[in-house]
Amino acid sequence: MGKNFFSTRRGIIAVGAIIGILAALLQKLGNPGNMGICVACFERDIAGALGFHRASVVQYMRPEIIGFVIGSFAAAYGFKEFKPRCGSAPMVRFVLGIFAMIGALVFLGCPWRAVLRLAGGDWNAIVGLLGLASGIYIGVLFLKNGYNLGRSQSTHAGAGWIFPLIMVGFLVLMLIYPQVDGENKSGVLFYSLKGPGFMHAPILISLLVSLGIGFIAQRSRFCTMGALRDLILFGQTHLLSGFLALVVFALTTNVILGQFHPGFANQPVAHTVHMWNFLGMALAGLAFALAGGCPGRQLFLAGEGDSDAAVFVMGMIVGAGFAHNFGLASSPKGVGPHGIAAVVVGFAVCLFIGFTMRKKLSV
Amino acid sequence: MSKIIDARGLSCPQPVLMTLDEIKSGTDNEIQVIVDNEASKENVTRAAKSKGCTIKEITNDGDESKINILKG
Repeated sequence: MGKNFFSTRRGIIAVGAIIGILAALLQKLGNPGNMGICVACFERDIAGALGFHRASVVQYMRPEIIGFVIGSFAAAYGFKEFKPRCGSAPMVRFVLGIFAMIGALVFLGCPWRAVLRLAGGDWNAIVGLLGLASGIYIGVLFLKNGYNLGRSQSTHAGAGWIFPLIMVGFLVLMLIYPQVDGENKSGVLFYSLKGPGFMHAPILISLLVSLGIGFIAQRSRFCTMGALRDLILFGQTHLLSGFLALVVFALTTNVILGQFHPGFANQPVAHTVHMWNFLGMALAGLAFALAGGCPGRQLFLAGEGDSDAAVFVMGMIVGAGFAHNFGLASSPKGVGPHGIAAVVVGFAVCLFIGFTMRKKLSV
Repeated sequence: MSKIIDARGLSCPQPVLMTLDEIKSGTDNEIQVIVDNEASKENVTRAAKSKGCTIKEITNDGDESKINILKG
């Protein structure tokens, strides 16, 4: 097999640049402000579309998530990297997914959205990114002390197909029960009539763009958490260069499209409570570091047959249910009534996992 | 005789951590890392080169790859 261009330095920079440009364009075409792509927010919207929570402003079966998984699946098959595997502490990954989502929703965005918020001029994102780096730093301390989730096992091809097939199922549901003007429900699916869940680019464009991103992200191993982790852990800047390219190209595209509005106050789907922007993202960063990938990377891994990554994604979707049913998620007005308690519990759970899962691997 | 690191079934960053630990503190001049996915192969190779090591040979056998590293 020839050299994988996307795994080179130029390749990862190209991938970051393409994601940055396309994310800004998706916002122009209808996705919410500074949310051209947000893996956590979009999984939360999917949880809403399925009725796992009933926050009426964030319910939409986001095609971007579906496209990411199917695009990665196609790339993995095309390049003979589809590898069905499972069994590396799935329940721990599920719980990490729950608290990763809760932390992300206290901040209002995953690492992808944090950089897109920055690229849109939302300076609260700087606080969030500092929190993200701090959470990842704690995760790195655990990694240096032998933390790991154990080995996965090869399994039947069917096991690797399950998650991509769930995504196909979601897409089919969306086609059977499309959005109806003025209706908050179509068949079994919920749709928002206002708010971020109402704002979306045309389905076909979202799907095509995300299929492409899923494809190149699988080839390049693009990961926002890994970008900071590898810098802190090894001093490596490979993934970081893709991450930075995303910021630069999203920023440039935003300026060109008139989507750059610098400031702290009145930013779209954001609040200015600095302490909880920081700590929410720190919790998310720690959970992503302990689980071995940012929410996007988990989708791409799930697409290439990694059932454990798929379990993490399901944890995030369930976490979105908890976040909105229990009043943990923030809103532009500030943190939710129980958001602070949830972050404290989340840190306790992540520290428990970090301290207890340290079996030395025999080489 | 080379030191063998079995990183099969492990995902990043473990294979890289194990390799760098061995480069730093191991006594053998040659290290063989066994991985079972492309991402780990790329990461281990990249990390070893960044530490001034030479990749002597990479042999692929089905899903598995054996990366032979010579310490720099």
